[in-house]
Amino acid sequence: MSFSFSDENILKIDKLKERYPSPKALTLPLLWMVQEQEGYISLDAVEVIATHTTRPAMEIYKTATFYTMFKLQPIGEYHIQLCKTLSCMLCGKTEILEEIKSTLGIEVGETTKDGRFTLSQVECLGSCSTAPMMQINTKNYENLTSKKIEQILKELS
Amino acid sequence: MIQETKLVSRRFKIPKVYQLETALKYEAYDTIKESLSQSPKRITNLVVESGLRGKGGGGAPAGTKWQLMPDDDPRPSYLVVNCDESEPGTFKDRQIISRDPHLLLEGMILSSYAIGANHAYIYIRGEYQSFEAILQGAIDEAYEASYLGKDILGSGFDLDVTIHRGAGAYICGEKSALLESMEGKRGHPRLKPKTKEPEWYFDNPTLVNNVETIASVPYIVKNGADAYRQYGTECSPGTLLFAMSGHVNRPGVYEVAFGTSMLEYINHFGGGMRGDKKLKALIPGGSSCPVLTADEVSKATLDYETLQAMGSALGTGGMIVMDEDTDMVEALKNLLEFYHDESCGQCTPCREGTGWSDKLVGKILSGKGTDKDIDKLLSLADLMNGKTICVFAPAVSGVIRSFIEKFRDEFVAKEQK
Repeated sequence: MSFSFSDENILKIDKLKERYPSPKALTLPLLWMVQEQEGYISLDAVEVIATHTTRPAMEIYKTATFYTMFKLQPIGEYHIQLCKTLSCMLCGKTEILEEIKSTLGIEVGETTKDGRFTLSQVECLGSCSTAPMMQINTKNYENLTSKKIEQILKELS
Repeated sequence: MIQETKLVSRRFKIPKVYQLETALKYEAYDTIKESLSQSPKRITNLVVESGLRGKGGGGAPAGTKWQLMPDDDPRPSYLVVNCDESEPGTFKDRQIISRDPHLLLEGMILSSYAIGANHAYIYIRGEYQSFEAILQGAIDEAYEASYLGKDILGSGFDLDVTIHRGAGAYICGEKSALLESMEGKRGHPRLKPKTKEPEWYFDNPTLVNNVETIASVPYIVKNGADAYRQYGTECSPGTLLFAMSGHVNRPGVYEVAFGTSMLEYINHFGGGMRGDKKLKALIPGGSSCPVLTADEVSKATLDYETLQAMGSALGTGGMIVMDEDTDMVEALKNLLEFYHDESCGQCTPCREGTGWSDKLVGKILSGKGTDKDIDKLLSLADLMNGKTICVFAPAVSGVIRSFIEKFRDEFVAKEQK
């Protein structure tokens, strides 16, 4: 199999097992661990998780495909997730989206040719008082304006 | 004069109070030593007497839920703290975990001791990783200082706390879906039992409570049930971290007592409408609560009973404010896209109903709708109500109905000419 956990992660898994009443509970933590180690979750990794959690691989796959944050294909180095829900819409996310699209030359769901940026629109990120906002990987960028977008993307390019 | 009543947010403005050293200077963990030397029932009784209501949106009495936990079950009990805050317009729990995480941990120790749990989990939404890091830092510090772990402060009580990260599914904020997710499965809500019973995590009795509910416990334990009841109303005792977003000058989170005037709250804390525009509509407690007109807002107070009597709900207390320029058809379209995206897909009326209604509103928005489509939307709302496992579809049904009934002229104005 072409996937294996790093030695450091193997140690972490042993410790995690002690914190749950069943190894099945490790499904989400291990899906996260794979994604952080590899950038996405391959079918080979799904099988490895199945062994650790004592579940059929199909069950792991079923779980992995339910949650929007689990990526089953590689994506760009920087994942731009623009919040599209009501408060952000009321505060002008539509203009922000246009600014990002024209700066990067990609549509929603696409990745730039150099593999640096993937653009997604996502549902409420729980930051409504600083709308419009987006998350790039795990970092929040708030009170966005067209000018800020230009700066942020320039710094990351 | 309207003012903040800071029971949960008391330490929010103290610099670096997320660090244990600072928190301890401001009475963090004050209640632990004494409480752990007394009967666990004392804490449950205080919570029952305080009338504390669940602050995650449902508003069910917290004490009643606690009393469902068994005394003599040989299986381990668990506390699960719901930090899957995903309801559009809601951003209050993140304030607690990022500004004063030790308050939450203190509440978790008290609550776990009360229900006999030796392991507590915090289920946090995957998008909150930056806040999760602060919370984990606080947990690590609490372990080192013996507020967590074996034999807490020499009391003989053990408690482990583990953060469990979700991965982007709104429905996991529903408590049974959350537990399914914690068991490694898809977040599908479970059928409700016939009689009241605890929740079950791998068949072990479990209590699930929202972050703010648990963070309210230290105040009640320290000051007593009457002290908590001096704020708020008879049916809605205490305070809530109310929030507002949208077209106001100063969006944010401000803790006030239940029963506060809605309009005063918006004008005083929110600094009124942005650009001196007129208020058109407001969604009171996260997007799942039926929308209110400006006239209704002027009569509303922030408590469960008033908003319920108005045919809406207090929900999470996260208000979305819309000004006179807001296109209500577009706003409903936005919400239906959300619900269509987030339906777990388990029940047909919800899976299909959210999609169909999204399409119909899209058709009206693009100018191709007719009277028939508006009626079809209302009939769809009927079909989605009361026929599903959880309250997701009934909530969407109420949202659709409120938008059409209160702003029908805007839908009609977009009809095909």
